[in-house]
Amino acid sequence: MTIPAGWEAVIGLEVHCQLLTKTKIFSGASTTYGAEPNTQADAVTLGLPGVLPVLNREAVTFAVKFGLSVDAKIAETCVFARKHYFYPDLPKGYQISQYELPIVEHGHLDIEVDGVSKRIGITRAHLEEDAGKSLHEAFHGATGIDLNRAGTPLIEIVSEPDIRNSAEAVAYLKKLHQLVVALGVCDGNMQEGSFRCDANVSVRRGPDAPFGTRTETKNINSFRYVQQAIDYEIERQIEVIESGGKINQETRLFNPDTGETRAMRSKENANDYRYFPDPDLLPVVVTEADKERIRASMPELPAAKKARFESQYGLSAYDANLLTSETALADYYETVVKASGAEAKTCANWVTGDLLASLNKSGKSIEESPISATQLAGLVARIADKTISGKIAKDVFEAMLAGEGDADAIIKAKGLVQITDEGAIASAIDAIIAANPQQLADYRAGKDKLFGFFVGQAMKATQGKANPEALNRILKEKLAG
Amino acid sequence: MHTLSLNELAAGLKARKFSSRELTQHYLGRIAERDGALNSYVTVTPEIALAQADAADARLARGEAGLLTGIPLAQKDIFCTEGVRTACGSKMLDKFIAPYDATIVKKLHAEAGMVLLGKLNMDEFAMGSSNETSWYGPVKNPWDLSRVPGGSSGGSVACVAAGLAPVATATDTGGSIRQPAAFTNLTGIKPTYGRVSRYGMIAFASSLDQAGVVARSTEDAALVLQAMSGFDALDSTSIERPVDDLVGGLGASIKGLKIGLPKEYFAAGMAPGVRARVEEAIAQLQALGAEVREISLPNAPLSVPTYYVVAPAEASSNLARFDGVRYGHRSAEARTLEELYKKSRGEGFGAEVQRRIMIGTYVLSHGYYDAYYLQAQKVRKLIYEDFKRAYETVDVILAPTTTGTAFKFGENSDDPVAMYLNDIYTIAANLAGIPAMSLPCGFSEGLPVGFQLMGNYFDEGRLLNVAHQYQLATDFHRATPKGF
Repeated sequence: MTIPAGWEAVIGLEVHCQLLTKTKIFSGASTTYGAEPNTQADAVTLGLPGVLPVLNREAVTFAVKFGLSVDAKIAETCVFARKHYFYPDLPKGYQISQYELPIVEHGHLDIEVDGVSKRIGITRAHLEEDAGKSLHEAFHGATGIDLNRAGTPLIEIVSEPDIRNSAEAVAYLKKLHQLVVALGVCDGNMQEGSFRCDANVSVRRGPDAPFGTRTETKNINSFRYVQQAIDYEIERQIEVIESGGKINQETRLFNPDTGETRAMRSKENANDYRYFPDPDLLPVVVTEADKERIRASMPELPAAKKARFESQYGLSAYDANLLTSETALADYYETVVKASGAEAKTCANWVTGDLLASLNKSGKSIEESPISATQLAGLVARIADKTISGKIAKDVFEAMLAGEGDADAIIKAKGLVQITDEGAIASAIDAIIAANPQQLADYRAGKDKLFGFFVGQAMKATQGKANPEALNRILKEKLAG
Repeated sequence: MHTLSLNELAAGLKARKFSSRELTQHYLGRIAERDGALNSYVTVTPEIALAQADAADARLARGEAGLLTGIPLAQKDIFCTEGVRTACGSKMLDKFIAPYDATIVKKLHAEAGMVLLGKLNMDEFAMGSSNETSWYGPVKNPWDLSRVPGGSSGGSVACVAAGLAPVATATDTGGSIRQPAAFTNLTGIKPTYGRVSRYGMIAFASSLDQAGVVARSTEDAALVLQAMSGFDALDSTSIERPVDDLVGGLGASIKGLKIGLPKEYFAAGMAPGVRARVEEAIAQLQALGAEVREISLPNAPLSVPTYYVVAPAEASSNLARFDGVRYGHRSAEARTLEELYKKSRGEGFGAEVQRRIMIGTYVLSHGYYDAYYLQAQKVRKLIYEDFKRAYETVDVILAPTTTGTAFKFGENSDDPVAMYLNDIYTIAANLAGIPAMSLPCGFSEGLPVGFQLMGNYFDEGRLLNVAHQYQLATDFHRATPKGF
């Protein structure tokens, strides 16, 4: 969508990111997704009278990892606060969150849209517990409550209002998604709600005008929906203002079926959350030593990895970006390079070309690839040592995809070893020249194009196994006479 | 048997003079006969008691018994007990059967082998100073049945004073152990905040709540407190620090002990009978070799207003979980979600609890938080600093526990502020988190008077020793109410 001239959109995103801890943030109950309703709700999750929260330090470690990865300030002391509201899937009548003293503040993330890079500020990221789920279907006239999710640790990542359109918003979200998955702090599963987004959108008449009134669209759970919801909101707000109306500060819901947002509750009906420090929990202290220990345990981050792929492997920015978009893909590529001993660029071509194309076609992820990295390395190695040509390699690749075994076994079984014996190639060429006197005459008379004809004939005669470079050279000599 | 001390009971059990079953039956019989007049128990648990008594007798026979094994105890109905109704004095939880044991319940019964006689009446959610707010009706003071036993641990003190339990647990958020102990001639101690686990104790004001004991002597109190204390990984505010030998420390002389008398506590407002008894107690301690000096706790007069911001704020939050959704009272009249909340809470909570939820909600509201809650936290820090400074020059602080003796039913119940002022001497210890206890020092017009000792952090041992030395020299604590 292009924003009409004279208008500017101002967008800030809040992302709820479920942390991959084994147990809940304040109890020992499991966080596994998809269990029978309420089987992962212990006394603390249920908010029984008398129970107390005990902080899961792993959640703190994950939040610190995130903070360090976006160059943020990690609070030496952060405090949990209670956020009060009544809802049936919120067992205690309050959510344990962080308010005045969050664990992470003042970070940033660099994004790229149409080749232009831009820095998006991260205001803060705080730890909190997730709520349960209300199930309105399948219960006639009643609501079912599933508290399995209640108490799952989250970090809520709040961006600065630095985003100006939906393309930037999606680029930011994708970058953030890639980052938290690469860090191993979140599984990134948007379908299951592990990574959800709220979008704050307002419009104003150009970059120097004061901020407009914003709306908050809640719980958008795909990149495409984020783009749709933001575009819809921008268009709607401009239309309202241009027709003389005013934007209400309100919470809105996105409807994926229509691509529209609708008002849910206005500011007047907003909850007074009555935040205050949770007296059941001590302030959380993260020392310099803690930070250094956590930093040392962090994997290489996507941005650093991309830079390394460019310098170490001599890859283009495009290839490096693509190969580092997922940790598993980057690992796959590096295994191919190491195990094949082949040129890094050749390896990149195979991974980003044939392999990703075949995976895309079958809808499989890199983890589900039918050809393992060492298997692909076996194939690339045979090209490098000239056992087979690049052309033959395509056939071997198809056979590997079909599950016919490793490259060596297929090459052997099908007799695909490249003919590098120049004597054998020369005698094959001699036979072809002898059989095609007219074409030879024409070629020598200046019809250069006929060179291709002779290559084709020679390849046919050698079943495509002739080393192309040797074949070209010998053919050229012989044709010249 | 019901006049014996815990040490005497332990000796009797060990020598097989009586079995734990016989002892338990004796108490169950007394409860059945006499509690009708007092209303101190809301639930009696004879089956559990006899099963635990038999288990204790078996442990005694095997020679594996601890000092408290086989001795009965009653629990304030604020501690969750697995399989037993835990109602906290409220209609809201009238049908709530706790599915787990509080840490102190585990420690006292499963570990120490004490026998659970039943659950004790209390002010609703521990909010009250007279036990008149209980949904199960008021508890009567065994010293004068027309008078309150104090609160909120009214059931705890009435049953121990009347010999319907040898000892009982209690909790203290603003004086709920010490004031009722003073009204019923008992020894009650609230240890340092964090010394006893709060896990499984239904929260009133989390930063102030602390479990303790009411007993007929300091020695009894020390024995049970020792068994209750200690770090608990399930309570993040519990302190990881070894527990002192509270019982072993009871023999020390108090010669040269420095006792501070805060002048703010001896200003006007105390009944003459109370003042006289407390002054006699001071003289007695001096006779035992203690040195007395006046000190100042300048911010102490701010305790009551500070407390009545902090405690309701935390209570309004802690009680939000009682919404009629998962457990507790659910209104039969509710047609919408909003009605479910409003009616369930409106019907389930009594007037005093609703009043405190309203106050707490107000002081935490947007626009009022800074003026009330934040301000109260600042004053709280000043109060804490007063004590810290005082303990640089004195070992313990002595003060009255209450302004007067037990009052009559209905005397204060129309005036919440008059009722709140009952806690004027006790609240500061909760705000500062220091240990404090009340012990008997005589009578005024036939009613018991207590005085208060406040110690430095984790100084329960010293506090108990001072009290024990006093009780070795006096016998006020041995007096029992007529008819019980």
